[in-house]
Amino acid sequence: MNNKQVIIDISGLSYSYENENVLEDINISITKGSFLGIVGPNGSGKSTLLKLILGLEKKQKGDIHLFGKDISQFRDWEKIGFVSQKANSFNTGFPATVYEVVKSGLTKKIGLLHYMKKEHHLQILKAIDSVGLLDLKQRNIGELSGGQQQRVFIARALVSEPELLILDEPTVGVDAGNVRSFYHMLGDLNQKLGITLLLVTHDIGAITDKVTHVVCLNKYLYFHGETEEFEVKKKNGMPEDYGFDLQMLSHKHGHDTGHEAGGDFQ
Amino acid sequence: MIDAILQYEFLQNAFLTGIIIGIIAPLIGVFVVVRRLSLIADALSHVTLAGIAASLLLEKKFLPAGSLNPIYIGMVFSIVGSLFIEKLRTVYKHYQELAIPIILSSGTGLSVIFISLADGFNTDLFGYLFGSVSAVSRADFWMVLIISIFVIAIILLFYKELFLISFDEEHAKASGIPVKGFHLIFIIMVALVIASSMRIVGVLLVSSLMTLPVASAIRLSNGFKQTILYSIIFGETAVLGGLTISYYLDLAPGGTIVMISVIILILSILRKKGMVKRAV
Repeated sequence: MNNKQVIIDISGLSYSYENENVLEDINISITKGSFLGIVGPNGSGKSTLLKLILGLEKKQKGDIHLFGKDISQFRDWEKIGFVSQKANSFNTGFPATVYEVVKSGLTKKIGLLHYMKKEHHLQILKAIDSVGLLDLKQRNIGELSGGQQQRVFIARALVSEPELLILDEPTVGVDAGNVRSFYHMLGDLNQKLGITLLLVTHDIGAITDKVTHVVCLNKYLYFHGETEEFEVKKKNGMPEDYGFDLQMLSHKHGHDTGHEAGGDFQ
Repeated sequence: MIDAILQYEFLQNAFLTGIIIGIIAPLIGVFVVVRRLSLIADALSHVTLAGIAASLLLEKKFLPAGSLNPIYIGMVFSIVGSLFIEKLRTVYKHYQELAIPIILSSGTGLSVIFISLADGFNTDLFGYLFGSVSAVSRADFWMVLIISIFVIAIILLFYKELFLISFDEEHAKASGIPVKGFHLIFIIMVALVIASSMRIVGVLLVSSLMTLPVASAIRLSNGFKQTILYSIIFGETAVLGGLTISYYLDLAPGGTIVMISVIILILSILRKKGMVKRAV
């Protein structure tokens, strides 16, 4: 467990939009092979943090290192896979099979004016298999359930074999019954394939048995540590100003009340 | 029919050209439809009409008869129109479909002015509007062939990029694919295909050959490649059937081609997906 490579190293990171601070003095480090859940209420700066890590927003104060390199020097973006919220303008009537969609994740890797080779075909099948959709690979994506569609997008991110997979609230739009198996699949990706995962969610209670580390964020960093410590902290109660009742969350999930559909805890 | 085709060069031209556009119009049409740009073909066909009207006017008033092939000026107008559409789509980022009525009405307005200046309709124009079996020259055929080779080559070379841009433009951008450049090439290809097809189906019905076979194919197909294949089969059936009927019954081919497409579409809607899948 020692000497593990630090994949993401964030120190002293602050960010503000106009006059409003959204992130203040954030320090997070993620080691290879870990599964980090970032939890926080809406408007807690989770999305901003993701954008900063992905280089979609320029950092203002503090440091971000990816795979040991300062983010401004970092070029190996294919090492990072990203799956955004499904809602993003995806045309469910698009006539493409699961296979074709996953294959599109290799577009950059195969390169302009180059064609798919046998090895790419095997990579595609492997990615589809790792999200458990091999039986459905020739189905049109429009025929799949919301949870299955989200798996397709994960497979598309996995197909270029990233070392780190970042997921932004992937269970939004996935029905409650399928959320469990969805998280189970994420756990497998982490444990069996050794992919480092960074999951942003407001549903941390559902996955405390899968994640290895937890970050609680609401502008400031309220907690950053291993899951066991988090459980203790949760029992003792988070600081009141965190504004987010974790206890209630995990309870709610235990009864599978389908809060994904509502999606908003504020 | 075969006898007649062997005997008359104009029929050879019409059928050879028809076979080609029966491939390229639905082929490019698949990308047009899935990107929800179906109406762009309509807008561009009206701009092409303006080019044809301008050409006919020039020929009538200033140049000796037969010195201009209207298809060339039509093509130039169509490409210029396509560039305007791309520009307008960035100007009105949040109302991208506005580009279509703007270009469509500009094209129609220009056409009407040119036609009036040329002192009204003539029979040539009728052929351009609704297609013609007899008006396709050997030169037209060669030009359509060259354009189709260009279009098919681009699609084969950049299939995976075009697919990704059509399916998920954001992801394409994030993967570093030059999305803007591809948009430009794509819209120019649409313009070229429209100008190529108008001799056979006519300006007013060109867009139907790009969209109706695709609309049928989407109902029945599994996956993108199959959608392309079915679209081409349906498009080809409509063109060849339409031209044949048009020749025997002396009807404008635009009408017969489109009506066969409509019949295929109705059948595809009526047929249950599972049944067709088993049959294919």
